[in-house]
Amino acid sequence: MSHTATHEDHSAEVRKEVTKVTIILSVLTVIELALGFYMMGIEAAGTRLLIKGTIVILMLAKAFYIVAYFMHLKHEVKNLIMTVCVPLCIFFWFITAFLIDGNSFRNLRNTYDPHYKAQSSIKAEPKEVKHEEKEAKEEKKEGLKLDEPRRAD
Amino acid sequence: MSTTATATTTKLWGGGKSPFDVEYGKLMMWYFLMSDALTFGAFLISYGTIRFSTNGWPDPNKVFKSYPFAAEGVNAPLVFVSIMTFILIISSVTMVLAVQAGKEMKKKAVATYLILTIIGGIAFLSCQAWEWNHLHSEGAWWGMNPFLNADGSASSTNFTNYFFTITGFHGFHVLSGVVINIIMLIMTLTDKFEKRGHYLMIEKAGLYWHFVDLVWVFVFTCFYLI
Repeated sequence: MSHTATHEDHSAEVRKEVTKVTIILSVLTVIELALGFYMMGIEAAGTRLLIKGTIVILMLAKAFYIVAYFMHLKHEVKNLIMTVCVPLCIFFWFITAFLIDGNSFRNLRNTYDPHYKAQSSIKAEPKEVKHEEKEAKEEKKEGLKLDEPRRAD
Repeated sequence: MSTTATATTTKLWGGGKSPFDVEYGKLMMWYFLMSDALTFGAFLISYGTIRFSTNGWPDPNKVFKSYPFAAEGVNAPLVFVSIMTFILIISSVTMVLAVQAGKEMKKKAVATYLILTIIGGIAFLSCQAWEWNHLHSEGAWWGMNPFLNADGSASSTNFTNYFFTITGFHGFHVLSGVVINIIMLIMTLTDKFEKRGHYLMIEKAGLYWHFVDLVWVFVFTCFYLI
């Protein structure tokens, strides 16, 4: 096999891979969007959490395809893959620890800060910004400031 | 080819060559992208932490529901942002093709694909500019949040602060990516790479551009979908 022939073969191979990955990424995005639309009509917290988890998994799959194929990392030597991926494992701790911390902070506030809890359960009046947004830009800004005392009573 | 590959892998740490089997610039680009990933990660995790620590949060489907030239009060959640997402994915694909054309030393194809990538980047930035402008006209900005929480309670400004900071930081990355790609295009057209005998610079610019796309995958999911 001549040099140019292998070159052409390789080029066709790459193009095939790019097409494949493009289709995969598009399909994953469409599934994500479909789940997003589906989730709009769902109230149950458990189901919503399940859908959100699925979306996160699809997101990670997309990230894998971009990094592995578009950024070519899958075809690099193992040393490079390791030097890039191993340090980023810190995200496992980073995400887990901080989200747990945030959740715990909310629980603590709801338990020990009755004012906060009461505030967050009061239904606020919708801010009438949209209808007169053209004529009353100034009033809108005032209205936003005036919201603070209104919220308190 | 395969025999040399096995010979090099066994002697990767033997000295005399890069144990990572890439040139210096590309390795450094990878390290830069790692640190950038940590920056974006810190932003998004901070957003997640604050979101987890508050009782209420605005519903993204009620916030991002318009698109350019839409009628007043239109309710089309996820539509505009999906267009933005596809623009970025497609521009990433054209960038891969530009890199591949560079490996094959096809100057004309490199230039064409780079122009397509730049158009994609500018289109994305225009979309984002429209969206920011639209939200601003609704009264949203850093420190201003006109949107109520999903449960109808009063919201804090955390939502808009994080939204504008993180999408702004990402948009700034897209802008720098477009500038880098324009420089690459000028260098291609002035035969800089032809004289060097390789298009390795395009690969580094490509890595950066794909990273911008990668970050958008996360930003899109965290702000618009969940």
